[in-house]
Amino acid sequence: MGKSLRVAYGEALAKLGAKNDKVVVLDADLAHATQTCLFKDAYPDRHFNMGIAEANMMCAAAGFAHTGFIPFASTFALFGAGRAFEQIRNSICYTNCNVKFGFSHSGLSVGEDGGSHQSIEDIALMREMPNMTVLVPCDPAEMEKAVMAAAEIDGPVYIRVARPVCEDITAEDTPFVPGKANVMKEGSDVCLISCGLMIPKALEAAKLLEAEGISTAVVNMHTIKPIDRDIILKMTKTCKAIVTAEEHSVIGGLGSAVAEVMAGHAGAKLGMVGIQDKFGKSGKPDELFEAYGLTAANMAAVAKGLLS
Amino acid sequence: MQYEKKAKELRAEILKMLYACQSGHPGGSLSCVEMLMALYYEVMKVDPKNPGNPDRDRFVFSKGHGCPTLYAILADLGYFPKEDLADLRQINSHLQGHPDCKKTPGVDMNTGSLGQGASLAMGLALAAKHAKKDYKVYTVLGDGECQEGLVWEAAMAAAHYKLDNLVFMLDHNGLQIDGSNDEVMGLGDIMKKFDAFGFACFQVDGHDIAAITEALKAPVSGKPKFICCETVKGKGVSFMENQFGWHGSPMNKEQFEKALSEQEV
Repeated sequence: MGKSLRVAYGEALAKLGAKNDKVVVLDADLAHATQTCLFKDAYPDRHFNMGIAEANMMCAAAGFAHTGFIPFASTFALFGAGRAFEQIRNSICYTNCNVKFGFSHSGLSVGEDGGSHQSIEDIALMREMPNMTVLVPCDPAEMEKAVMAAAEIDGPVYIRVARPVCEDITAEDTPFVPGKANVMKEGSDVCLISCGLMIPKALEAAKLLEAEGISTAVVNMHTIKPIDRDIILKMTKTCKAIVTAEEHSVIGGLGSAVAEVMAGHAGAKLGMVGIQDKFGKSGKPDELFEAYGLTAANMAAVAKGLLS
Repeated sequence: MQYEKKAKELRAEILKMLYACQSGHPGGSLSCVEMLMALYYEVMKVDPKNPGNPDRDRFVFSKGHGCPTLYAILADLGYFPKEDLADLRQINSHLQGHPDCKKTPGVDMNTGSLGQGASLAMGLALAAKHAKKDYKVYTVLGDGECQEGLVWEAAMAAAHYKLDNLVFMLDHNGLQIDGSNDEVMGLGDIMKKFDAFGFACFQVDGHDIAAITEALKAPVSGKPKFICCETVKGKGVSFMENQFGWHGSPMNKEQFEKALSEQEV
């Protein structure tokens, strides 16, 4: 077992802070939840607690970016992408200014806090805005690479951060290029495209399908925007079915982004695994994933349904 | 400089711009002319030949719908040719319906979505403190805009971080789109409110450039500054003064000619 993506995020920020003194971090009274406290411990003068006022934090971050700093703003995904959507749109994306967002507690995996805190819309909201890059890392190693890559991009970048401890899936030398998906396994019948905490479930689903003689590819779509069109169109041609899987609403998330690319192209049928236009609820993350169909078994079933 | 003459010239430019595009916001553009004149002609350290100077003072026009006033002054100072003013709000013009720092030389921030300018100005001031830079950040707010919660989030942060390099100026003309502030959503005692939020507060005649300048230059240490500028919406055009209906209405030819004739020196 590895560590949580939020701890990996905080550690990566601290590493980045050592390399680049222009990096500042803003938080909204959640430094221990988002783990930006790890940056604060190392660089207290470059960490700004903006209080429980997310909208103001975004404009403050824009102020830093407009004077040459590289601010990372962190809070929970719902209060960042949701409550402060319009500040991110008008004060950051509209001027293409260099603010990074690391929003934790995304998706159902928040668990017990329930539907009021489970962000199932943040990918849709953040990818909607021109100039934004959207990254969804799947494990601690990928998180560190995502943070470093975000700092190199000149413009706004959203990094989706999940709360629970997760498995190590990628290796230190696995490449991470924003906009270029990683094919984790080749296959010719079905292609499973997923991101974040759904990656291990996609790998498990591939095993289930392969056991039934169905050749299955697995793609880690760590960048939702700009999305890797080439790999989607290639899989559309070579496979009979594509199934997307995400810890997010199927409306506007990874599945929608893949569908936007496939539209107008002949080839594979598309199925989407994700949250079906419902709010979350309290429970343990594993129980919630099961209850909302975010499972390997469901991915395999959707794939077989498309093949039949 | 003869400010009375200059103010009339600027108001004439504003009227011409707004008549040409048959849209925009006359009332709130005319009310803040002297406030922006005090900033740009008396107080702010800026250089039209070097608009990107990292050490310049910043102006964030939080009530961005008043931008014709800003554009008229920027053109007067030579940030861009005066002829450009005729293209306000036209396709391919660098003069957008609300300020755009990516398009217009001399504009420091995109504003127009109310409340955000106050917050952005606070962010710029916080960044200046962090970078140990001496420049100051000025913002002009509308009174209706103070109904936005974000203004008060920004105010709280400005006092918390002791941003004495930050000035909030209020264009207190008392009117907004749907009527008077008091009818729509009363501001209460706005001076007491900013005082309670930890600002050093001043109240001046918002059409008296000397008084505004004095308040802008008054030394304040360890806290942000608030200047309540008492203004008249539609100032300088007899039939627009104190009429909320002129917040966002276009002039017809007859109205335009009368308004313009009132700007003759």
